[in-house]
Amino acid sequence: MREIHVDDIVSVVERLFIDANISLPEAMYGAIRDAIEKESSPVGKEVLRELLRNADTAREEHMPICQDTGLAVTFLEIGQDAHVVGGDLTEAVTEGVRRAYRNGYLRKSCCHPFSRKNTGDNTPPIIHTKIVPGDGMKITVLPKGGGSENYGEVRMLMPAEGKEGVKAFVLEMVRKGGPNPCPPITVGVGIGGNFETSALLSKEALMVPVGTRNDDEELAAMERELLEEINATGIGPQGYGGTVTALDVHIKMAPCHLASLPVAVNIQCHAHRIGEALL
Amino acid sequence: MTTDLRRITTPLTDDVTGSLTAGEKVLLSGFIHTARDAAHKRFIETLDAGGDLPFDIRGQIIYYCGPAPAPPGKVIGSCGPTTSSRMDVYAPRLIAMGLRGMIGKGKRSEGVKGALREFRAVYFGATGGAGALLARAVVAADVIAYEDLGPEAVVRLEVRDMPLFVINDVHGNDLYLEGIERYRK
Repeated sequence: MREIHVDDIVSVVERLFIDANISLPEAMYGAIRDAIEKESSPVGKEVLRELLRNADTAREEHMPICQDTGLAVTFLEIGQDAHVVGGDLTEAVTEGVRRAYRNGYLRKSCCHPFSRKNTGDNTPPIIHTKIVPGDGMKITVLPKGGGSENYGEVRMLMPAEGKEGVKAFVLEMVRKGGPNPCPPITVGVGIGGNFETSALLSKEALMVPVGTRNDDEELAAMERELLEEINATGIGPQGYGGTVTALDVHIKMAPCHLASLPVAVNIQCHAHRIGEALL
Repeated sequence: MTTDLRRITTPLTDDVTGSLTAGEKVLLSGFIHTARDAAHKRFIETLDAGGDLPFDIRGQIIYYCGPAPAPPGKVIGSCGPTTSSRMDVYAPRLIAMGLRGMIGKGKRSEGVKGALREFRAVYFGATGGAGALLARAVVAADVIAYEDLGPEAVVRLEVRDMPLFVINDVHGNDLYLEGIERYRK
């Protein structure tokens, strides 16, 4: 048994959300640089160069990459031998988010669904927990903007639709989003489980590092095919036309019910902000 | 690249809007106003009640943007565009009243595109997610209305060389449609 104090959780969550919003991960820098080489459209290339200049500016000026600093999506992998002390775990993450969005001058984008009244501090965060072996805690943050999240969907396909049905659904969502989710996008696809599992898998798929292929040969091939087909849509950077619409596609899959084929598509913008820390 | 680009200033005249072509990159200087979902809702409610908009809209540009808070020593926080389609229901009425430009991201409705042609207005794209870069073009920012809306308040921005792409011009050209057509395989 190892003790983890809530004060440490508060400060780590605060730091992660500020850093993630300001500093584009190196892997995404690399992916955008590669995209400039691959892009055929001069306008598309210019947009991609703006994205690199923007990422540099954000770091230099210590400002968020995008004004939509998102809802505070937080994944906690909690070791089964860890013991949280000093207070309430959910409240600790919430306080970390509150401090990050206040002290980091991040935009508060959380509101009541009907009145649209802002909650004022970007809470509550969206917390997903998983119990894992060990005595530590891994915290991963994924500030997620509204523009890209709006083009996500869960659909219960007919099992007979199979792999081709899944691919058609993904392409339909990418075309539907067009310029709106800020391409070049990253596409997370969750297949199987049930209704809510597929959605969570699609979000977890977004956290797979860019350029990484699935361990499963069949899914790896599907990711490659989907990436090629998405880039053949012509949508391009910002939707202005071009050959780089997505930087990557990641799939996560789980067994499902005999009668079902749940599929979720979650889209991420080019400002794919992510950070993690181990406690 | 930036030095060779065409520079335009607000307020926009018919000559300027008429000379812009979809796909062209321009640098905008002058005053523009931010307004997004909640501010537009209030504009329309105000007009319906017989009131006036909080600024004279003729010849002006509205920027669909809800900036991040300004850090100490900065004029504004990160300030990229939001998705324009949510304002499609409100835009034609404002265009008919004299609005000559909108800055945002994403496709517009047929209703908006028709109003652009009819009233010689232009829809510009700012690069979505390039909020830090766009903040550099802002030299002054003042909340002029609806402060209670927080990030959705109406802010008058003075911009210098704000990088924009022309998406929909007055001639009916649409960068989204033409760009996809050209690069679709």
